[in-house]
Amino acid sequence: MSFIKPIFRHPTQTKNKAGFYKSDYEGRISTLCAGCGHDSINASIVAACYEMNIEPHKVVKLSGIGCSSKAPAYYLNNSHGFNTVHGRMPSVATGANMANRELTYLGVSGDGDSASIGIGQFIHVNRRNLNMVYIMMNNGCYGLTKGQDSATADIGSLSKSGSRNEFSPIDMVSMALESGATFIARSFSGDKKQLVPLIKAAMSHPGFAFIDVISPCVTFNNNKGSTKAYDFIREHIEVTSEFDFVPIREEISVEYEEGTQKSVTLHDGSQIQLSKLYSDWDPSDRNSAMEKLQQSKANGDILTGLLYIDPGSQDLHSTLNTSTLPLNQLTEEDLCPGSATLEKINTEYR
Amino acid sequence: MKPTNVQDPEYFHKVIDCQYACPAHTPVPEYIRLIANKKYTEAYMVNWESNVFPGILGRTCDRPCEPACRRGRIEKEEEPVAICRLKRVAADNKGEVKSLMPNAPLNKNGKKVALIGGGPASLTVARDLAPEGYEIHLFDEWHKGGGMMRTQIPSFRLPERVLDEEVNYVTDMGIHTHYNHFVESMKEILDEDYDAVFVGTGAPNGRDLKLPGREEADANVHIGINFLASVAFEHRDKIGRKVIILGGGNTAMDCCRTSRRLGGKEVTVVVRSPFKDMKASPWEIDDAKAEDIPIFNNMPPKSFVVENGKLKGMWFGHVRAEYDKNGKRSLIPTDDPDTFIEADDVIIAIGQDNAFPWIERDLGIEFGKWDLPILNKTTFQSTLPNVFFGGDAAFGPENIITAAAHGHQAAISIHHFCQGVDVNTRLDPTTNLVKQKMGIHEWMYDSPVVEDDRFAVPHEDKVITLSDRKVEVELGFDEITGFREAQRCLNCDVQTVFSLDQCIECDACVDVCPTSCITFTSNGAEEDLRERLSAPANNLDQDLYVSDTLPTKRVMIKDEDVCLHCGLCAERCPTAAWDMQKYLYGVTKVSKIL
Repeated sequence: MSFIKPIFRHPTQTKNKAGFYKSDYEGRISTLCAGCGHDSINASIVAACYEMNIEPHKVVKLSGIGCSSKAPAYYLNNSHGFNTVHGRMPSVATGANMANRELTYLGVSGDGDSASIGIGQFIHVNRRNLNMVYIMMNNGCYGLTKGQDSATADIGSLSKSGSRNEFSPIDMVSMALESGATFIARSFSGDKKQLVPLIKAAMSHPGFAFIDVISPCVTFNNNKGSTKAYDFIREHIEVTSEFDFVPIREEISVEYEEGTQKSVTLHDGSQIQLSKLYSDWDPSDRNSAMEKLQQSKANGDILTGLLYIDPGSQDLHSTLNTSTLPLNQLTEEDLCPGSATLEKINTEYR
Repeated sequence: MKPTNVQDPEYFHKVIDCQYACPAHTPVPEYIRLIANKKYTEAYMVNWESNVFPGILGRTCDRPCEPACRRGRIEKEEEPVAICRLKRVAADNKGEVKSLMPNAPLNKNGKKVALIGGGPASLTVARDLAPEGYEIHLFDEWHKGGGMMRTQIPSFRLPERVLDEEVNYVTDMGIHTHYNHFVESMKEILDEDYDAVFVGTGAPNGRDLKLPGREEADANVHIGINFLASVAFEHRDKIGRKVIILGGGNTAMDCCRTSRRLGGKEVTVVVRSPFKDMKASPWEIDDAKAEDIPIFNNMPPKSFVVENGKLKGMWFGHVRAEYDKNGKRSLIPTDDPDTFIEADDVIIAIGQDNAFPWIERDLGIEFGKWDLPILNKTTFQSTLPNVFFGGDAAFGPENIITAAAHGHQAAISIHHFCQGVDVNTRLDPTTNLVKQKMGIHEWMYDSPVVEDDRFAVPHEDKVITLSDRKVEVELGFDEITGFREAQRCLNCDVQTVFSLDQCIECDACVDVCPTSCITFTSNGAEEDLRERLSAPANNLDQDLYVSDTLPTKRVMIKDEDVCLHCGLCAERCPTAAWDMQKYLYGVTKVSKIL
């Protein structure tokens, strides 16, 4: 039997600044199909959390239903987790986030969970700019129910049985741009070099960070003619920029060519370093991002990388002017300030 | 880097660290799996084919395999599999094996071979040649075969019955044994009608120490290996109450422990150099200490003190070791005053030398440095074409397993020589690579990596063992402990075989590998690659397995160093580009044994 993961790790593995080994961020051994793109995303999440020195118990991992939504079992064994009803992960994430703003919220969802049954929830969590990372593991099919075309399947994409998808796809990145997300990126499960810094930047971003990760389904959607197959993606992938994420207080070591460089400083002082590969695109301009996206779609390219970021993002807590303390840290005194305060408030309405 | 050629029989062989480190290349994981499956007889035969003395080696081997064991590398605290003592489990629990061994044919092939010395090297030559119909004459000065295994290894480590059994398996193959026959002249042997002569006479001269008082003290000063031989043949059954052993090798350990059994109450080992430079195997040192034998280091002997014709003790100086930048050691005397240790007897066990006074120097057998014969290092042929050497007699003192390895190669040379084939011709190894896939989550080997620590071999009560030198100290693993220890083996012979054509570069193997062995990256020079893998590949003794260029212009690189052979890469590979395949490597012998 080989589904037992040995306890041994490479003898040279070291602790990060938070005092954890990379293996402390791992989960159980995956029971997804062998070769599933989701496993690479899981590994990227593990790498990102380790490199970000996040304490595992300060992370909440959330998911809905689907192959993607099984994934939280395979990373961050020592974190909080919530496996919600199909498509309802944003609601639960909103509630949790409102109750405790000090944790990092990491939601994963699939194209079925997000673009079909959960699309209403998805749009609203975008427009509320909830402070969370939302990773959509996008394989263009319903893998858990044997590979029917999903709402993100491209027109003309062939299924494993050879049938052609006749419906227009929902482009979740455009949808997010349209509905108010403040950090939008697309990546590919097979490109960890890009995906890991994207996840790190998304975790630092104060607001809704959406990453659409194309993640091939090896079992049902990795055939010739599918537009979500490993080979197809590799042939059509276009990258917006060389991308690096520099956490706060670290030396910036990457030097890019003059003129193409753009750095975005996040609220906590950490920086996103971009070396743009297109001069006609400004990642902090929503319209420019939309235009670039449409352009590459028309060219038949799959544009990946950071597409849009609002450096002045204000998350839901700021908008609602909520308590700066998590609810579980409020004392009785905070919650019941006494009749004098009540009187004062009531006076305001007289 | 160039793609790895896995067709080279040595590539996967090298991955099996234990087998590669074994001078005889015994297929260790293969027999360990057989032990775990209670197939003790089969496990014994795998050993017997390879090293001829499984029961003996399972108790006494120097075990070069164990420091090489991958298990000892995967974590700081982790210890190697108890390979040696598992071999004993096979020997202890085996069934009838005689019928599985080849018989010497009744019709001989007309060639006569003389073997001088009845130790492991000669017996191995005899074992390999007898089934081919050679008429073999074995000469030994003692009344039984076994050589140093009989004279130098005490019974409390190697019971006589075990030794007799395995010596007899060989001599029963129609070998003409000439025991109690000390060969005094090589010329006499060569004058007979032997087609080839093999010299396996070991390194029979124990070194002496010329110090003041040595001659006066002679009655109570003994040479280590002679002392052990005299005890083995029951010429000696007593020693003084206070005994000093000089020397830090395994012979010294055997001498001190033997002394404890012959009446030595205050037995002390004194080593002139630091502990860490002691040649004795660590476990032998531990066993000596467990028998209340103190070991002092950094104390070179200065003189023997004899009063009224009786040995009183010895004076020792004090030194510290200093190493220059080439690692060359010098022992610098310290200011500490000399130490006097009382002794009734002193045993000198500071090494042994080869001695060939019986080989006339005008026969065409040339000798070189240290009076060792000049030999071809591969064929063991001397400058006289029909004379071959092996074991300690060839290149100086080594160990039993090396002697067996020499014997196999010398037997091939003798066979070729007698059959008119070029003696330099070697036999290619036998190799076999077999898929292990059995089902969705099943392999033909136990792939889970168990977490057990190394099990210690139980010992007999000290009161009993110290009172009778023939009582074996180690009791050996029982079957259950043997099984659990066997399960610690990582099955390094089950290879991770990569097929480029099938790989879709999904990274599943990279993600699942617990020890971060696998990387897909752009190719480069080896030093460069070793730095930029998923985990740095700092162990230069271990190869990188490099694929040809993949469609994304990258290559697959696997660092063999700490691969657990857990099979997860193959398990998580959607296209079976990774496959677990069992590699059985065998050193080909003159005659097919199994």
